[in-house]
Amino acid sequence: MTPEPASRPVRRRGLLTGGALAAGGALAGVAGVTAFVDKQAEDRDDRLPAAVPVAAVGSTVEPFHGPRQAGVATEPQAHASFVALTLRAGVERIAAGRMLRLLTGDAARLTQGQPALADTEAELGLLPARLTVTFGFGPGLYRAAGVDDRRPASLAALPSFRIDRLQPAWSGGDLLLQICADDPMTVAHAQRVLLKDSRPFATVRWVQQGFRRSPGVEPGGRTQRNLFGQLDGTANPRSGTPMDAAVWVPDGPAWLRDSTTLVVRRISMNLETWDLLGRADRELASGRRLDTGAPLTGAAEHDVPDFAATGPDGLTVIPDFSHLTRAHVTDDRLKILRRPYNYDGAPTAEGHADSGLIFTSYQADITRQFLPIQRRLAERDLLNEWTTPIGSAVFAIPPGCRPGGWIGEQVLG
Amino acid sequence: MPSTTQAGARRRPAALLATAALLAVGVGGCGPSDTASSATASPSASASVATGVVGIRDPWVKAADKGMTAAFGTLVNDGETDVTITGASTDVSPMELHEMIMKDGKMVMQAKPGGIVIRAKSTQVLEPGGDHLMLMDVKQPVRPGDELTFTLTFADSRTQTFTAVAKPFTGAQESYAPGHGASPTPGMSMSPTA
Repeated sequence: MTPEPASRPVRRRGLLTGGALAAGGALAGVAGVTAFVDKQAEDRDDRLPAAVPVAAVGSTVEPFHGPRQAGVATEPQAHASFVALTLRAGVERIAAGRMLRLLTGDAARLTQGQPALADTEAELGLLPARLTVTFGFGPGLYRAAGVDDRRPASLAALPSFRIDRLQPAWSGGDLLLQICADDPMTVAHAQRVLLKDSRPFATVRWVQQGFRRSPGVEPGGRTQRNLFGQLDGTANPRSGTPMDAAVWVPDGPAWLRDSTTLVVRRISMNLETWDLLGRADRELASGRRLDTGAPLTGAAEHDVPDFAATGPDGLTVIPDFSHLTRAHVTDDRLKILRRPYNYDGAPTAEGHADSGLIFTSYQADITRQFLPIQRRLAERDLLNEWTTPIGSAVFAIPPGCRPGGWIGEQVLG
Repeated sequence: MPSTTQAGARRRPAALLATAALLAVGVGGCGPSDTASSATASPSASASVATGVVGIRDPWVKAADKGMTAAFGTLVNDGETDVTITGASTDVSPMELHEMIMKDGKMVMQAKPGGIVIRAKSTQVLEPGGDHLMLMDVKQPVRPGDELTFTLTFADSRTQTFTAVAKPFTGAQESYAPGHGASPTPGMSMSPTA
């Protein structure tokens, strides 16, 4: 919600679970906290290795209210469900507002570890695990609500690309619910609650569920790996000013300021043909090392690539057909923020994978930032040999709201 | 400003809540300034009333296009004396105070004799399957996301108003105890439209 993307536990975590207690021993709560720690110890099966303290994952909260919606600059959670809805016929501005008030109320509570109003499984609402619910508006919502004049100018269906094999089942949508948490139970419950409140207004168009590494598996802030084994997202703008410049609209009317846009592309990754490549060819295709993610001209992930460097054969070290070369952008204002999730469906009877990436790109302006990169990739990116876009959707991520407000109030109010 | 807070202290068993709350206060004094506000953020789509005869927490009403429906919430009496609700009203429907009782092996609802009592220093939960504020015959659709204003009347003639958001809800299919009410079709309407 804030421009500060790094999630870090507050000191209470240390107090509840760690040795900080000894230092702060004068606190009135010492006895109670000790009891809690002891209870945790009793619950733990001694045969298991020492686990991450439960409170550190399950009880961690991301803020909901603020000028910008959470779930964009938020350090990506391990699990995500992207739910695209189609508004029912006759749902116009007033009804859409009623829907968004309900859904905002659900999100405001569940993200803070409070069961939703009328939550029929209230116990499932108690562990937020950094739950965020991010609302996206497709072009159809602006039309249905009669507020097309408040649609961000770059929010329109993408042009079709040569490489696209788009399926309607994964494309489009009037309203997006992006539900992310470090626990899949939390995601499932939030999705259930939100869908129950959306049913009078909308139908489900598509749902894409994805995952990244679980919390505690590796240090925070790492670039995620996709199912090709590549580091994915290295070129993201750094948090702080660079990310702000890339992602958030800095000014304009209330419905636009502090908004962003989201492109969701379902990218099928052909693990069977990828398997035919040796490691060197895989690295040439991406332009980066598989182990470190470093450009082929560098040693560390964030080293600046040298596209002019040539090898003994006289060819550039980083091939000009590589993904890195084609996607490379240096100006922060032209960068995109990728926040991808992997998907891994059931394999075929022959054991062939149904794997891929839920590619998500956030940027202040789709036309200025996303489209030039996408055009270059569609035109010539060797990775296209093994990847196929099979779904595509665009959404505006409207500004956040204060307590008592609702997401979309600046657009529909 | 940190973007993450810890809700752990509020999730512990009741015996620990008091100390955990104390701890939270202690931490708030020296920790990040947004800890307390993030951890206690109130729902935005649900109005509640903090002052008045009683506290009304998490009020909601089941959306319905017509017929009967009901309002729910948690009534909090922080006072030293018991409080009795003797009536409830809203613009869209006549209302009654209801309870659920076991009759012939079945849970049925009926008017609650003597009203709804909230004991001193305690809470009374109005929920599907329990006591509720019954809307007997909705004159205009209560649509999902609507906010309805209710007025409670207490035994000492004081009144208190509150608003409740309408939620689509397929539960609370209470059937009416035989001999009560005028509606020939028991149960509440389902599947409200937008």
